[in-house]
Amino acid sequence: MTTSPHTYADKAAEAAVRATPEPLARRVRALSDKAIAWLFIAPTIALLLAINIFPLFWAIYLSFTNYRANRPNAEVKNVGLGNYSRVLNDPDIWASMQTTAHFVFWTILLQTVIGFALAYLIDRKFRGHAFWTTLILIPMMLSPAVVGNFWRFLYEPQIGLFAYAVSFLTGIPTSEIQMLGSVSLAPWAIIIVDTWMWTPYVMLICLAGLRSIPDYIYEAAEVDRASNWRQFWSITVPMALPFIMLAVLFRGIENFKMFDMVNLLTGGGPGSTTEVASIALKRDAFEAWATGRSSAFAIVLFVAVFGLANIYVKALNRVKQR
Amino acid sequence: MSEPVLPPHAAASAKPSRPFFLRRGPMEAVAVTVIGLGFLMLFQPFALVLYTYSLVTLLAGTFMFMIVSKFPE
Repeated sequence: MTTSPHTYADKAAEAAVRATPEPLARRVRALSDKAIAWLFIAPTIALLLAINIFPLFWAIYLSFTNYRANRPNAEVKNVGLGNYSRVLNDPDIWASMQTTAHFVFWTILLQTVIGFALAYLIDRKFRGHAFWTTLILIPMMLSPAVVGNFWRFLYEPQIGLFAYAVSFLTGIPTSEIQMLGSVSLAPWAIIIVDTWMWTPYVMLICLAGLRSIPDYIYEAAEVDRASNWRQFWSITVPMALPFIMLAVLFRGIENFKMFDMVNLLTGGGPGSTTEVASIALKRDAFEAWATGRSSAFAIVLFVAVFGLANIYVKALNRVKQR
Repeated sequence: MSEPVLPPHAAASAKPSRPFFLRRGPMEAVAVTVIGLGFLMLFQPFALVLYTYSLVTLLAGTFMFMIVSKFPE
């Protein structure tokens, strides 16, 4: 005779009831539904407070002090808005903001255009589309550390496959294709890698948007003799727009914080041409050990991303209401 | 000639119930514009002074958005 899992669960529940001391059982039975709900979510809230909220408030506190993490026993003085003033008047940090803006703009643009185009193709449901979808999604599943390391090999001027392919197509000698060593090419090298890795993510979100469009709308458009071009601009794009905006929001916020790929590929170099804000922040915090100032810098970035998220949420609500 | 008398419900709908600065729609648009301006100031490559005042602009816009998004429509 086999015993169903349901019976096992019942037996376990009965055993738990029997093992619970009577005073405690009486107290639990007296709790309201709301109190039990709070009891269940309390560990999650405690974890969230400990891991997310407390470090945020601690960083805000540190941003007003001269604290240095390499001198934990030194006296901590309040410097008021001094750290913010230094961060917001530093031409080097300003330059790193511009590098970040350049990087974010091009990666978001390329990922959105290519991701939507791929989703549009995959949505046609041609033969073997499931296989191609899986193949396209592979880069997204890799660790950034792995991607950074193998793209460094691909970009190698002497032995790299990328340099070889460019040389084959353009005739430029491989030794001259210094993707990571050239001041003008290094930012584009990072943009290419990030686009390669995260376009599938945008494609996936856009594909969800395209699949959510009911077929009868296209059928009605066919009856009205709307051209494919007209259907694309009047049905497909407006109805997939909330999903596209969601993808842009997610990627925008992620790319403002981009650190691992840049650190692995160029480390901010050559010179400071690829020194994005997160790399400048890391140098300030863990090379210059100016913890207070770097906290102020981090808060500036946080406010920027928070403001951006507000704009996007409003835009998203407006599009959804249409 | 006497002036036409509007029925009470028409008169009420013609007159806005709240002033401009207490309505959510227009004030949210103002807040979003201020945030956008602060964002552009933070990342523009033209003037350091604009970068310096970007955080204040961003904070003003963000706090304004947080407050006005609670206003009734």
